[in-house]
Amino acid sequence: MDVSQYLSVFLDEAKEHLQSLNDNIMTLEQDPENEDCINEIFRSAHSMKGMAGTMGYTRMQNLTHDMEDVFSDVRAGKIKIKSEMIDVLLQCLDAIQGYVDNITENQDEGTEEHQNIIKALADIRSGNVGSASAPEADAASAAEASDSAASEPDPGASPMTDYRLIKLDPSARTTLEEAKAQGKNILGVTVHIQESCILKAARGFLVFKGIEEVGEIVVSEPNTQDIEDEKFDFTFSLVVITDESKEKLAEIVKSVSEVEGCECGEFDLDAEKAVEEAAEPVPAPAATPTPAPAPSATPNPAPAGSKAAPAAGAGGKKPVGKPVVNRTVRVDIEKLDVLMNLVSELIIAKNSLISAANTSGVSNGNVNEQIEYLESVTTNLHESVMKVRMVPIESVLQKFPRMIRDLNKTLGKKMELTMTGEDTEMDRTVVDEIGDPLMHLIRNSADHGIESAELRAQRGKPEVGQIFLHAFQDGNSVVIEVGDDGNGIDAEAVKSKAIEKGVVTPEQAALLTEKQCVELLFHPGFSTAKQVSEISGRGVGLDVVKSKVESLSGEVSVNTKLGVGSTWVIRLPLTLAIIQALMVIVGEEKYAIPLDSIQSIEDVSPSDLKLVENKEVINLRGSVTPIIRLNEVLDTESTKSPEDDMVVVIARKGDQQIGLVIDELMGQQEIVIKPLGKYTNKCKLISGATILGDGEIALILDTNSIF
Amino acid sequence: MNEIQEVKEKAEKGELIQYIVIKIDDEQYGINIKFIDNIVRMQQITRVPKVDAFLKGVINIRGEIVPVMSVRMKMGLSEDVITGASRIIILKTDTGDLVGIIVDQVNQVLTLDEKDIEKVRYDDKKGQSNVSFVSGVGHYDGGLVSILDLDAVVSEKESKEKASNAS
Repeated sequence: MDVSQYLSVFLDEAKEHLQSLNDNIMTLEQDPENEDCINEIFRSAHSMKGMAGTMGYTRMQNLTHDMEDVFSDVRAGKIKIKSEMIDVLLQCLDAIQGYVDNITENQDEGTEEHQNIIKALADIRSGNVGSASAPEADAASAAEASDSAASEPDPGASPMTDYRLIKLDPSARTTLEEAKAQGKNILGVTVHIQESCILKAARGFLVFKGIEEVGEIVVSEPNTQDIEDEKFDFTFSLVVITDESKEKLAEIVKSVSEVEGCECGEFDLDAEKAVEEAAEPVPAPAATPTPAPAPSATPNPAPAGSKAAPAAGAGGKKPVGKPVVNRTVRVDIEKLDVLMNLVSELIIAKNSLISAANTSGVSNGNVNEQIEYLESVTTNLHESVMKVRMVPIESVLQKFPRMIRDLNKTLGKKMELTMTGEDTEMDRTVVDEIGDPLMHLIRNSADHGIESAELRAQRGKPEVGQIFLHAFQDGNSVVIEVGDDGNGIDAEAVKSKAIEKGVVTPEQAALLTEKQCVELLFHPGFSTAKQVSEISGRGVGLDVVKSKVESLSGEVSVNTKLGVGSTWVIRLPLTLAIIQALMVIVGEEKYAIPLDSIQSIEDVSPSDLKLVENKEVINLRGSVTPIIRLNEVLDTESTKSPEDDMVVVIARKGDQQIGLVIDELMGQQEIVIKPLGKYTNKCKLISGATILGDGEIALILDTNSIF
Repeated sequence: MNEIQEVKEKAEKGELIQYIVIKIDDEQYGINIKFIDNIVRMQQITRVPKVDAFLKGVINIRGEIVPVMSVRMKMGLSEDVITGASRIIILKTDTGDLVGIIVDQVNQVLTLDEKDIEKVRYDDKKGQSNVSFVSGVGHYDGGLVSILDLDAVVSEKESKEKASNAS
């Protein structure tokens, strides 16, 4: 069978499963009893096995199969999770990742059998890895499982699973009472769907459809929408008005495949009242007429227990169940790029239309109105397309906890990573690019930042070093902070190193402020690591971090305090392709300045200019602002005479600001950034170009490079 | 009919190559047609500051920003004199990038058989300033035409002579 057409889907899903396995195994290490995790791992391993088998990747299938076996034992309570096991499992994931990488590259899984891992997995199953206490633990967990399994039918554990506990709202109650008065049967049904069922919602739908043929569903618990969205455990309850008997109803429900069983009985309106009154109602299952035996207790106690335990135990946790299935479409990123380009073209066409209308003098009220409408449509369209391109930064961050765990072992330090804002969304292209710089910063924190355990103890810091990553949106940009509570940066050490490396002369160094010293770290070819370790020797220096971030039109800075820790702050623009810009004229030429980098626009009289160190500055509301004459920077002639008032655009970068002298303001415009292409890269002043309404090209000034 | 077919066949075999013949200064050059994306009239070129002198700026070709360079300056000849006959030839490089070059005039399309082209391998050191931009010389009824070595033309380096003069 030719399965190549499924290859990309397979790879996508395999990556998702691997990530979920990674996450869950990491969680499991912290919380070996977490049955949710175990189930999730089992499910992922099982799906991967199936996928690999279908695609004909037998080695991958074998490995995932063995992994699944281990978790099947874990689920059954035969094995307890141990830290050695986690190591083996992670190795196993790496091996699977290896297969996936091979497949990505040449559609072949490779020939590595990973016998050692398979053996290690087998050892785990045979108990070689587990210590002597394992059997006892087994017994304990088994007992626990059966305990909770036994208590499962007790409705107190999970109030949603029994029709007898459905709370009626007044309107439903009225309907039911009327129906009862008409002599109809009011029946309660609780449906149990098999745990192996993949399409719970579909089964639920079939049950609904079957019942609706013979009666009317008045109440369902959880509600219909949640059932459609699979927001329910494997059980749901209904209250039905029907002419049929309860046996007939049960038969209809059970005829739907993958329904494990159902409980069906008279729905007692008064009993329901009693339920409302009594806080802990325990209608003994035996007492009520239940044609179907309580099903979840019998066939497989372990999974039943797994369900009950978290529900009863971890009170604060959200309800157990599969996460909501996303209603998504997978789209090739190239198609989005095409769409984005078309939107760009549309915006250029719109700008042309505006300028054509202005020059040809047809701009009466009606035309203007329509153009404004067009403008709002294109802006909305642009925003929507941008949103489609936005993905949560999560996909990049996911690999970091694992990395820190590995670093803990290789570096022999104790560290913990906390991350917030994983759901912060950024343009797909930015997310793809930002992974390496972030990884470098985290490694940096782990390697250089966090001190050794002894030093931490001396300094009175907690034993476990904290590394954090916060991502959040701030206006039109996204900020990512990476930091640690470690050693901080020793400005003096940086300075002497810089002199040693010839980055600065001793004379220059003497003049540097502490902040400027720290900035030297971003200088190419600078590494303060005393010895090259595996971590710091990866070839990516801070200068690469900086250039990468800057290539994404972002900026990176660092705040540090010696002995307390350091924080790296990366600020990136939300969008890349289309920005709001201020159009200006310098000499005879038109330039665009991104609005984000503009603080204000000032009229400055030449008499306000002061000279400091032979450079022109102005005093702008108390802060001394250097003045740059753009015509000099851009090698062109200003059209203004020196006596005229100057138009000064105040641009900012971080907490610095400069004034850029221009000749004329044209106004604000939405512009599409086009790359300048090769040959023109040499010009650091220009970050790109844009096409104006009349087809003319305006260059986009990168104000950051002027500072 | 037959003749056309013959030409087609030969073209498919790569024996016949079509060249656009252009004039720069007083010399005729041929450019392999497969590298030519478009030929446009002279238009407003947007200057880019702080780049090499031979780079005249950028133009807008169907919504794409395309750099335009002066072959004359690259070859170390005098500054371009823009006339009504001046054209910008848009070349498509192997990497798919577009680059425009300014030429004084576009003369004709010439079909040359491979055997009519004489490869030249001048010793760069004693050759003339523009030698490194020519990969061969084609013979045709009307005379000779130098075949432009486009890799050398669109490379980011300036002409060797200029570089050595500067140093």
